[in-house]
Amino acid sequence: MTAAATRSTAHSIVEASPRAKAFASGLVILYAVITILPLLWIVATAFKSQSDAIAYPPKVIFEPTLEGYVNLFTVRTRQTPDFIAKLPPPETWYDQLVRKRDMVIAGPSKVVPRFVNSLIIGFGSTFLAVFLGTLAAYAFSRFRIPLADDLLFFILSTRMMPPVAVAIPIYLMYRQLNLTDTRLGMILLYTAVNVSLAVWLLKGFIDEIPREYEEAALVDGYTRLQALRKVVLPQAVTGIAATAIFCLIFSWNEYAFAVLLTSGEAQTMPPFIPFIIGEGGQDWPAVAAATTLFVVPIVMFTVLLRKHLLRGITFGAVRK
Amino acid sequence: MTTILQPDHATIPGVSKPVTSRAARRVHGLSDRTIAWLFVAPTIALLLAINIFPLIWMIRLSFTNLNLSMSYLPLRFVGLDNFRDILTDEDVWFRLQTTAQFVISSVALQVVVGFGLALLINRQFRGHSFWTTIILLPMMLSPAVVGNFWTLLLQPQIGPFNYLISLFTGAPPSSFSMTGQVALAPWTIVLVDTWMWAPYVMLICLAGLRSIPDYIYEAAEVDRASAWRQFWSITLPMTVPFLMLAVLFRAIENFKMFDMVNLLTSGGPGSTTELVSISLKRAAFEKWRTGYSSALAIILFVTVFGAANIYVKTLNKVKQR
Repeated sequence: MTAAATRSTAHSIVEASPRAKAFASGLVILYAVITILPLLWIVATAFKSQSDAIAYPPKVIFEPTLEGYVNLFTVRTRQTPDFIAKLPPPETWYDQLVRKRDMVIAGPSKVVPRFVNSLIIGFGSTFLAVFLGTLAAYAFSRFRIPLADDLLFFILSTRMMPPVAVAIPIYLMYRQLNLTDTRLGMILLYTAVNVSLAVWLLKGFIDEIPREYEEAALVDGYTRLQALRKVVLPQAVTGIAATAIFCLIFSWNEYAFAVLLTSGEAQTMPPFIPFIIGEGGQDWPAVAAATTLFVVPIVMFTVLLRKHLLRGITFGAVRK
Repeated sequence: MTTILQPDHATIPGVSKPVTSRAARRVHGLSDRTIAWLFVAPTIALLLAINIFPLIWMIRLSFTNLNLSMSYLPLRFVGLDNFRDILTDEDVWFRLQTTAQFVISSVALQVVVGFGLALLINRQFRGHSFWTTIILLPMMLSPAVVGNFWTLLLQPQIGPFNYLISLFTGAPPSSFSMTGQVALAPWTIVLVDTWMWAPYVMLICLAGLRSIPDYIYEAAEVDRASAWRQFWSITLPMTVPFLMLAVLFRAIENFKMFDMVNLLTSGGPGSTTELVSISLKRAAFEKWRTGYSSALAIILFVTVFGAANIYVKTLNKVKQR
């Protein structure tokens, strides 16, 4: 950091003056802090007790508790203090925590199966979309395909439909095929949505790999497929990884299809989180705990993807 | 160096010269033409099965009276009745108006905030990369989850938002409700959408700003052009293509908006924030008027598609200047 600061010459015309920089940094940091506050509030709410979460005035300082997380993972029943007194002493810290509220753990909640659904559907659709997308992108990049422009535009245009509109015929079709509320159905649907992004992004990445590498391999007696596997794919690995993360984020975050086409078996996290109910309405600490767990991987991916973010969000239209 | 790619692919090195002679390649395995089709076919097949076939089915349904909650009724072809009903329905026009207001005000606000932030970050102050990443976080989150947790933040009695406002203005925090009041709710969805997506515009604008070569500013400086003049004659015109791309993407996405608003206000209070996607969901998945909603979905699709096409053409004209 200091090295960068000293490197910039004081007389540079294009470089902003120190005062302009200080002004800019002040405003940007202010915006960043304001923008991150809602997220921090949610992370904090996850560690509040039910009464602290809905206290007025809103509590900034509170005694942290893991109740929210315990409530997220369990189903509890209310019991009389007499009944609880008669029970054998609590075996675990979370048993103890729950009993303080005159409750007993009745079993695990549905959060783990929902989380597993999110993982299976996310990774399944990402794998398929990236696999299909790599093949198609390679073909579009390297071969003369009749009507290539129209096909590419067709692939992109499938993304312009409002999801609610797409869901209407998909709902009817899946009813006929018994795919409603199945993981397979959701994987196929998300693959179809993601493959358009994958083709466009990967075509950009493969276009950037010099053709001479493969040509040399072909001259050396490789077949096309061997050249693809041994020369192109290793070069495209970063691009493929970035594309995969973008597909994964989409499937992970998707709500409209999930809420309209799943209800139990194949439900993912986004439609599940808002309906974590406690006694007398939404159990905010548990909702906040679920949100926190759900968002952590996204934050990590954002940091990882930072370099390719621009490309991913514009379908490869803007490159750096 | 940053570039915007043209939608036409003439400039992209996809048009290949044959590497070796056709005969030579045959010896080494499948011909290029076979491989090309083998590689493209699965993707096209998937899209045909999941997107195009249902779309055609939906077009057929849009001419029927199908209602899934009354499936005992005989399926009847009603011609263009559904389309006539929709286009003469005042409510539909009202939803479209609500949607247009939402799209225009949120995109405008995002352009102002996003472009402003990009200008500031482009001054490359110390630590700008870290703060940029922080600012980018909201747009990576799930819109549904965002809509959900903002309902907590905006709760009149317990939410920190109303509390902060009351600290500054003195108005009691439970005297107003951001999501429950007809006058405020349309602005609330714009506010949350901007919180989420201003970074998107910022990121694209930043790429635009960085694509301007330094020597142009140096030349302007030699000509003693004022900072103000430099902004209007260099910075802005050279960022416009990027800005328009951002506007195109945001406008399409916001026209389709369902998830965040559905969880934040679910179209309410009354129908103040009932965007056209939410209204489509109600027709299709609550009233189960499948024929009617298929027709509405087709009208929406044609609208997005048409608007996007016109916009892309304008965008290309701007870039050619």
